[in-house]
Amino acid sequence: MKQKFDIITSTCVPLPLENVDTDQIIPARFLKATTREESFFGENLFRDWRYNPDGSINEGFVLNNPRYSGEILVAGKNFGSGSSREHAAWAIAGYGFRVVISSFFADIHKNNELNNFVLPVVVSETFLANLFDSIDKDPKTIVEVDLPNQKVTNKATGESETFEINGYKKYCLMNALDDIDFLLENQEKTEAWEVAAKA
Amino acid sequence: MANTLFDKIWDSHVVQHVEDGPEQLYIDRLYCHEVTSPQAFEGMRKRGIKCFRPGNIFCMPDHNTPTHDQDKPIGDPVSKTQVDTLARNAEEFGLAHFGMMNPKNGIIHVVGPERGLSLPGMTIVCGDSHTSTHGAMGAVAFGIGTSEVEMVLASQCILQQKPKSMRINIEGKLGKDVTAKDVALYLMSKLTTSGATGYFVEYAGEAVRNLSMEGRLTLCNLSIEMGARGGFIAPDEVTFEYIKGREYAPEGEAWDKAIKYWETLKSGDDAVFDKELTFRAEDIEPFVTYGTNPGMGIGITQSIPELDSIPEAGKASFIKSLDYMGFKPGQKLLGTPVDYVFLGACTNGRIEDFRAFASIAKGRRKADNVTAWLVPGSWMVYDQIKKEGLDQVLEEAGFEIRQPGCSACLAMNDDKIPAGKLSVSTSNRNFEGRQGPGARTVLASPLVAAAAAVTGVITDPRTL
Repeated sequence: MKQKFDIITSTCVPLPLENVDTDQIIPARFLKATTREESFFGENLFRDWRYNPDGSINEGFVLNNPRYSGEILVAGKNFGSGSSREHAAWAIAGYGFRVVISSFFADIHKNNELNNFVLPVVVSETFLANLFDSIDKDPKTIVEVDLPNQKVTNKATGESETFEINGYKKYCLMNALDDIDFLLENQEKTEAWEVAAKA
Repeated sequence: MANTLFDKIWDSHVVQHVEDGPEQLYIDRLYCHEVTSPQAFEGMRKRGIKCFRPGNIFCMPDHNTPTHDQDKPIGDPVSKTQVDTLARNAEEFGLAHFGMMNPKNGIIHVVGPERGLSLPGMTIVCGDSHTSTHGAMGAVAFGIGTSEVEMVLASQCILQQKPKSMRINIEGKLGKDVTAKDVALYLMSKLTTSGATGYFVEYAGEAVRNLSMEGRLTLCNLSIEMGARGGFIAPDEVTFEYIKGREYAPEGEAWDKAIKYWETLKSGDDAVFDKELTFRAEDIEPFVTYGTNPGMGIGITQSIPELDSIPEAGKASFIKSLDYMGFKPGQKLLGTPVDYVFLGACTNGRIEDFRAFASIAKGRRKADNVTAWLVPGSWMVYDQIKKEGLDQVLEEAGFEIRQPGCSACLAMNDDKIPAGKLSVSTSNRNFEGRQGPGARTVLASPLVAAAAAVTGVITDPRTL
């Protein structure tokens, strides 16, 4: 959903697993929708980990644990690997997450998050390990994600890191603009390129 | 230094460099399937715009299509809606559409190359991570999200950060029964599923050069499973020979002109890659996966790693993975009973894959404990199977050929592996639940799949 992004201060939901793939984020059988209803995808975020095969709630999964909540998902490295399905980003946004923190993201999924105004924040493995530790000790641990200053802070330890994002995308996120707006404005340049390429 | 083939193709498609941002990249070919496109078309309607270059866009359903009775309406109403929506969108926006039962229909990544739609030097995208397949033609091809599909529908461009370049050389000759699939599974086991993230991979070396076009398609298909955005192979005589005469390939003067250009598509001798890796073909044996990502693979005669050998941060995922699969650290997979065998997908659903499978099935019988689904990647493959009489060979061995589609690779149609069952699959992903909720997947080549299908257990095809 197009929304302006500034500073997010929130508790976190920890998912300390590596290589969480987009089939887990949203299984293929939920990809049959023909509209972009984020609430539908949000309800099925991590579907097969949230629910047991008989449909009952899997109490052991972190989204079902009342100790944890917030707008920030913290995940192990290589988050979002596998399928290009943007439904995974819709599910994350639809559930209410605005930030995903990990030490490493898969390429396509990272773009998909950005295109849905969810901010992927890449931190060092040490920062990530300490953050998991802080959340484990105190589920109320607050993290501040400051997009204007590209800074992420673990309020429990005071640890801070800067994170990368290109200036163009940062501007888009802060002003709720998307790439299609930009490309439509630049169609003359595309036409000029086509003419030059044919020559 | 813009002297890698990747640089040449990418840079020649840059419309502009966005200030402090990505590049605006021109796209020669967009493919749309029914799953990742409806929201993009919906976005176009909301904006009230038309496709910028409709002639560059080809649509076909593949993920939801049933693999039997395609002449009848799809039973699952939700699947039917999605497939019908693609047909309607293609018509509304004036795009080519190869619907179900159209002889040109099949899995997009099988159809594009076999129809001559994917050509050397092109930029090719699709809302599907296995778009990397088309890189085998000597193209820069990669998967994108639905917002990006909308960008291309609207402007024939996307905004994209240029990836880094990597060259992977496979030197030497592949051994008996070692296929492109085994090479890819071997590479993933070495690089992990994130080892090539941020890179575009050029495959090179003697073993790669010696691959057939179809083997190359299999290898490039799996690039994404190492995290790479795409993988490609410089076009050569094998490529040109494959393309010539295909339906949408250039002809006559246009062909001569194309060849002249295509022959220039190679990395310079002095090309510098951000990363370069070399492996020996002799070190690769038929491969199988044991875990729940494609990087968790071993040579078929090897044992699953011990827990001690796994880095601390990865232990929880490793244990979860083996629990799901019902395997133990240190265990060998040879001799493990198999419930299902799946031959097909954009990875291994081409004619050579069916020839390989049939070469083992010939004169043998399908094991009674195995349910086998043999799904051609397209109607063209299906027709070729009949033409060569492979269907007869397979039927005599107790197998039947189904109708084309993605099928049990991701189980969006009825072809779901039941919970708890073990499947030896020629597809590309062994993620939890990928082939159906609770399904357990071992990825392998068509030869290993055939060996499992006739013996009922995981078997080294070299011993048959």
